[in-house]
Amino acid sequence: MNSAFSYLGEVEPDKGNLIKGLQLIQTREGYVSNDGILAAAEHFGIPAAEVEGVLTFYAQFKRTKPGKYKLSVCDGTACHIKGSTQIRAWVSAELGIGDGETTEDGLFSIETVACLGCCSLAPVLSINGRVYGKLDRKSLTKILNEYKAKG
Amino acid sequence: MADIKRIKVGTASCGLAAGAGAVLEAIRKQAGNIPVSETGCMGHCYAEPIVELELTDGSSIFYGRVKGTDEAAAAILAQSEEGRFVFPEKRSKLEKLLVTRLAGHINPVSLDEYKANGGFSALEKVLTMTPEQVVDAVKASGLRGRGGAGFPTGMKWSFLAAKKVPDKVQICNADEGDPGAFMDRSMMESVPYQVLEGMLIGAYATGATRLFIYCRAEYPLAIKHLTIAIEEMKKAGLNKLPNREAPLEITIKEGAGAFVCGEETAMIHSLEGKRGTPRFRPPFPTDSGWNTLPTAINNVETFANIPIIFQIGADAYAAIGTEKSKGTKIFALAGDVKTPGLVEVPMGITLGEIVYDIGGAEPGTVKAVQTGGPSGGCIPASEFGVKIDYDSLGKLGAIMGSGGLIVIGNNRCMVETARYFLNFTRRESCGKCTFCRVGTTRMYEALERITSGKGSMDDIAFLEDIAPKIKKGALCGLGQTAPNPALSTLRYFKNEYLAHVQDHVCEALACPALVDVAIDPAKCIKCKLCVKTCPVGAIDPANNFSVDNAKCTKCNSCIEVCPKKAVSRVRKQSANA
Repeated sequence: MNSAFSYLGEVEPDKGNLIKGLQLIQTREGYVSNDGILAAAEHFGIPAAEVEGVLTFYAQFKRTKPGKYKLSVCDGTACHIKGSTQIRAWVSAELGIGDGETTEDGLFSIETVACLGCCSLAPVLSINGRVYGKLDRKSLTKILNEYKAKG
Repeated sequence: MADIKRIKVGTASCGLAAGAGAVLEAIRKQAGNIPVSETGCMGHCYAEPIVELELTDGSSIFYGRVKGTDEAAAAILAQSEEGRFVFPEKRSKLEKLLVTRLAGHINPVSLDEYKANGGFSALEKVLTMTPEQVVDAVKASGLRGRGGAGFPTGMKWSFLAAKKVPDKVQICNADEGDPGAFMDRSMMESVPYQVLEGMLIGAYATGATRLFIYCRAEYPLAIKHLTIAIEEMKKAGLNKLPNREAPLEITIKEGAGAFVCGEETAMIHSLEGKRGTPRFRPPFPTDSGWNTLPTAINNVETFANIPIIFQIGADAYAAIGTEKSKGTKIFALAGDVKTPGLVEVPMGITLGEIVYDIGGAEPGTVKAVQTGGPSGGCIPASEFGVKIDYDSLGKLGAIMGSGGLIVIGNNRCMVETARYFLNFTRRESCGKCTFCRVGTTRMYEALERITSGKGSMDDIAFLEDIAPKIKKGALCGLGQTAPNPALSTLRYFKNEYLAHVQDHVCEALACPALVDVAIDPAKCIKCKLCVKTCPVGAIDPANNFSVDNAKCTKCNSCIEVCPKKAVSRVRKQSANA
């Protein structure tokens, strides 16, 4: 197996663990590359096409490298009612990228997610898992500027 | 003034998002010898971050919306009168805290604290009964599945118990995928032992040998707390049941972001490492489920109810609620209310009581509530007098669902809301059956045409025609319920559909294609903030701050930044052109 993925040995090569294995690859690499698919196929003894079939079924898995700061803009019902469409548009305008894209400097990537479960703070987004709630134009700009300054 | 015995900071996900991390840090710095512990969610999410001071005289003082500063921490330690949080009286009267009684009051991962508050007393009692008696008690309690469909839990358990095979499977459905619902997250974060105790009782009663929790990966804190709790239980030997040779293993499996995996056959496929596509039933999972073994799947909240049934007794439990829906229900109340949060109310409470008395919405400002997420429907304010249970909500064209309850204010567009949900189900459709895959897409396209001002009466007729066909023809629950948001809004808010189609008017000024942005010259102070903010240069300061609505993307940036509220959305002027 490609030695870059030798950590797959942590997961029992039982077919039922395929999703867990792919999650491990994504945690380590940030996404699942073609090499990652081949490594998982070998480890679990499943054809690569089947691995890709499973992979692409689930929204969690990324096939392209995300940014250093991963923005998840919530579009759950409560956030939608509270204006997440605007939040998405503002984030895109501020960063110059669309849903599922990464900025050229590799700093930011955006994805729209179904629900972060923080509905009482709607509208929310999360950056690398940290949730920011009750967003408006001002607070959003401030948050993004902080991350931009950090680099 | 009594001394402080312990300080508790609520650090469930919504507490953390509101800034509880900084609060915890500030308080720890100054607390000295006073123990500081993290607790879960009390359901009063609007007041987060919340700090509780346990006093030596047994009473407690609560502080709400606490700031993460040293000054704020010092004031709390001095038991300041300012910033105290008082539980709203109206809400306290209407709520019935059974399942969430301990949530937010104990350290979620401390087995000792859970035990000291009655935890595992239910399991102890259960172990003195026969498995058949346990199943009968759950039947007698009248508990119905809290995941949404409302199937009687005791009956499901009896199906699994009747299978005389050595290997059986029990799955806890923690794939809370409904956007707008967070009951299960909160339970797992705040009282993980209670969920696990329910699972152990279930395993004892049904004879299940393999236990899984299928939890969505978006809930890292819930997974962390459950993992710790499972370890602690193991150490304490609680997973060794008398009717079993080997100790029970509880395995957490993380979902990977697919709404359809909340459907039980899809979840089983996902647990087997496959694509999460549902299959036709029968065979039902209790006959052939995970790797063809008999399998029962229950929801997180259902399991969290189980210990309560044995603590208070099945009869006492069955005395709460309506004739066919027993016990309490936890709702995730959000949207256009003053005090969103997690509420636990007895079945049979009215929607109005939840929206107005608990949520604090002003009567007259609310148009509808949406229950049941993408599978549910919108119930208009005129029906808020109805008593909530599984059957009454079904009759109104909605469903109980898992418990998301989104309040929709007068300034929201119902057609847009339906479009939003169909866009969700369209994306989440697994693609296996034609009715769902093609049907939801066609419905979405019709709704998209209507909200973008290009709809016709044919579109409305098409929606009314195809929706029942999808309900009938789709393979699984996702497709069978997907038309509900459109059907229920067509039933109660057809006037809005007609206004979009015939008059090109979106009364709520929500649909971008049917609105203009205008600046009121009487209010404008010519500060040019809007000009600077506009991403497309649609505002011309040289031309009396006129807005070029052909350019304008209706992003609302100018409306947000205007200090004088001079900018607003108005009906599209060229509407009929």
